[in-house]
Amino acid sequence: MTDRIADIWGERTPHGSGQAWPGRVDQVLAEGLTDGDVDRWVQSACVLCSNGCGCDIAVKDGKMVGIRGRAQDRVNRGRLGPKGLYGSWQGEQHRDRLTRPLIRVDGRLVETDWDTAMGRIVERSKELLASKGPLSHGFYTSGQLFLEEYYALGILGKAGIGTPHMDGNTRLCTATAAASLKESFGADGQPGSYADVDECSAIFLYGHNMAETQTVLWARVLDRLEGPNPPKLVCVDPRDTEVARRADVHLPVHPGTNLALMNGLVRELFANGWIDEDYIAEHTANVDQLRSVVEPWTPEKVAETCGVQAADVRRAAEIFGTGEKILSTVLQGFYQSAHATASACQVNNLHLLRGMLGRPGCGLLQMNGQPTAQNNRECGADGDLPGFRNWENPQHVQDLARLWNVDPAIIPDWAPPTHALQIFRYVEQGSIELLWISATNPAVSMPQLERIRHILDQESLFLVVQDIYLTETAQYADVVLPCAAWGEKTGTFTNADRTVHLSEKAVDPPGEARSDLDVFLDYARRMGFTDKDGRPLLDWSGPEDGFEAWKECSRGRPCDYTGLSYDKLRGGSGIQWPCTDDQPAGTEHSTGTERLYTDGGFPTAPEYCESFGHDLLTGATTGETEYKATVQPGKAWLKALDYTPPHEEPDAEYPLRYTTGRTAYHFHTRTKTGRSRRLNGAAPEPWIEMSVEDAARAGCQEGDIARVTSRRGSLEVPVRVGDIRPGTVFAPFHYGYWDTSDGGPHRAANELTITEWDPVSKQPLFKNAAVRVEKLRTGDGPSKAPDTTASRRATGAQR
Amino acid sequence: MKLPVYIGLLDEAEATLASSFRVVADGHGDEPDVHFILQTFAKKCDAHREALKPVIDRYGEDIEGEEEHRLTANGMTEVRSGPLALMLDLQDLYVLVNHIDVTWMMVGQAAKGARDTELQGVVEQCEGDSELEIRWLQTRMKQAAPQALLVAE
Repeated sequence: MTDRIADIWGERTPHGSGQAWPGRVDQVLAEGLTDGDVDRWVQSACVLCSNGCGCDIAVKDGKMVGIRGRAQDRVNRGRLGPKGLYGSWQGEQHRDRLTRPLIRVDGRLVETDWDTAMGRIVERSKELLASKGPLSHGFYTSGQLFLEEYYALGILGKAGIGTPHMDGNTRLCTATAAASLKESFGADGQPGSYADVDECSAIFLYGHNMAETQTVLWARVLDRLEGPNPPKLVCVDPRDTEVARRADVHLPVHPGTNLALMNGLVRELFANGWIDEDYIAEHTANVDQLRSVVEPWTPEKVAETCGVQAADVRRAAEIFGTGEKILSTVLQGFYQSAHATASACQVNNLHLLRGMLGRPGCGLLQMNGQPTAQNNRECGADGDLPGFRNWENPQHVQDLARLWNVDPAIIPDWAPPTHALQIFRYVEQGSIELLWISATNPAVSMPQLERIRHILDQESLFLVVQDIYLTETAQYADVVLPCAAWGEKTGTFTNADRTVHLSEKAVDPPGEARSDLDVFLDYARRMGFTDKDGRPLLDWSGPEDGFEAWKECSRGRPCDYTGLSYDKLRGGSGIQWPCTDDQPAGTEHSTGTERLYTDGGFPTAPEYCESFGHDLLTGATTGETEYKATVQPGKAWLKALDYTPPHEEPDAEYPLRYTTGRTAYHFHTRTKTGRSRRLNGAAPEPWIEMSVEDAARAGCQEGDIARVTSRRGSLEVPVRVGDIRPGTVFAPFHYGYWDTSDGGPHRAANELTITEWDPVSKQPLFKNAAVRVEKLRTGDGPSKAPDTTASRRATGAQR
Repeated sequence: MKLPVYIGLLDEAEATLASSFRVVADGHGDEPDVHFILQTFAKKCDAHREALKPVIDRYGEDIEGEEEHRLTANGMTEVRSGPLALMLDLQDLYVLVNHIDVTWMMVGQAAKGARDTELQGVVEQCEGDSELEIRWLQTRMKQAAPQALLVAE
């Protein structure tokens, strides 16, 4: 194996259209060890992005000492990316690990035992439930726990306490994927499969820097690009990413203008007759409205609005319109920008108009950012009802009440689920007084950090944080619970293409750390949550009980797990849901259900759908009556919205567009990757990326220290002069403050971002702000931004 | 013929609603969804008035008798404060929007009776917007009500 810091995607193993992706096993062992030193290998899958690569963990003397990709796994065929290779177990063995619970005494966090820590939480929780009721409680969880943990949290929140205030950081990463799938198809559920990469004749990447966010999936694309009959590649991204460099057409749109481009692409399909009239008639509704909304968006108008070439818009549309098998992938460039849901729906519409769904190579991947985000969406810890059930359907609520044996009235179906930023708003206003944050770090990842710090510091708030390290967020907590990490607990999780993996416990967690599942079960027990017959609401003895309970909850729903079990998930590849007894996982190479919607039938029937939908401009709910009056059961919705400029645009005071994003070497707020020597060495500090001409205008050279200011705050970071499109600057969002000395200047990208969200998905707009950049002082050398990725130094590729 | 009276009422009501949307949008800047969506709605009111202009040019706005026919839907000039402020302010907007919605309906009936296709077109375009505004206000108030009525202090 090559050094995968320098060679992020590894050696090529080219394959042609329709050929199986060749295997290539990647492995890293602790220094000085060889295969013979390993006591045992324990099956798992990687949790350092949403790809979900199957892997085995090497264990020696009760310690994790290595990782190896699983050759038989459908997701990665043995490969792993730099984060998995260098940051998985390595990122968990740092001396900073939390090993004992902490409670706040006289303003300081001090070590205590579990009984005392849990006792404090339960005391406050009971007191608040008695005096203020369930709406005093909020839960903010993650995209990085396991399925069983989310389901336990979902049950205790919805049937134990009865609060609608539950969400996850999935709101920041994957809410728009879920929302757009619900709006277009009636329910969540990824239509496509990673195997579509092997079959397609063209790939469109919309705001998706796959080369850095899912490095192993990008390796699969690279292998197609270097094999016979490679697919055409179209990239929508303001940065000169690796994807852009390989693209046949690169559309470096101004941040905030995605919807104008999408409306233009859809218009071209109509204008040139590149549509499947039969498919549209049989399987979709609303085509006339779509046609009229996109009508004004000529390539010239798109070019003017988005800052791209009209010829490139035409060329991209032609590739989509005339290609034989098209795969689309969508991520944060769309999800965290203006008109997020409407833009993502237009990608769905392109596929519907051409009938390009449910066939090999004709795929749609509304991606996730995190490894287990999908499970949060399924299990109801993020505000959705478990099993993709519909809040507005009383029968669905009854089903859950029956399943849990509780009074349906306790399930909070009377208010829409409260999204993350609204939960924080209620904390700010003092009406939520207990906030329980698990496995996420809002003090770095939320927008407008000065405000978030103020909220977390609020006198009226009792804050519980469970994590593996003392994060920036945990430092505000009243109680900190030390938890087990990946490899230290057992559970399942599902990746962005519906592949379910079992991740087995390889070693014991450090000190007194416990699994998140044990914490939730312990809380439910101590709170005395019971069902209608007085039996414990959560009587699971461990994760496998949780999985079996979840299977029943998923029965008959789009995400049906009933044909899966821990045993079936052991030994082979991960398996894609839905997987039922009728379509058993069965044989040793079973892959569950590869693609959804193979027959052009969609889950839009009113009694079955997950949502009655929303107005894309405002988020107003359609409502049951209107939905039933207009739906054509089984047909997908072609939803559309006209483009209007984003709310914060550059002006004289703040002349540059500001966007945030990721680098290949870090995951989220670096809690693990920042503690890996190799990964931290590859990208040790933040930077601001500017084009040659914008840097010159600000009087900045490579490595100079600049102040970047928005209406909400400022940063002081080194300048990387790169190939980003002029007029736009970029900052990586990973960096916070745990590894800086106190009182240093601000460096977290979210100091500058705006508190605003998409009206439908409620996903924050991290990629739409206006800033100015001023030189503070000359640097003492080039910035330390990676030279191996989109952040590399300018080569003149920008237009 | 009293249609010009109603067209005048409509024009005035759209102006009142636009400024009320802007008052509430500005007063609730800490609720970003309310802040931005009400600005969008205010712009829609401006567009409605623009669309009415050619109609007004033809019919005139009947000022005579306006006092006598004026409906008692006053605009908002300031926002409230306190835990119920947002809900009450949205509820006031709800009354104003419903007032306009039903006014458009009646003008639409007259437009049909007069076979005035231009006015019918304007009504069709604008009625949809007030229906959307009603739905959005309901959605947002539904969300706000339990917290405001049960827990907020």
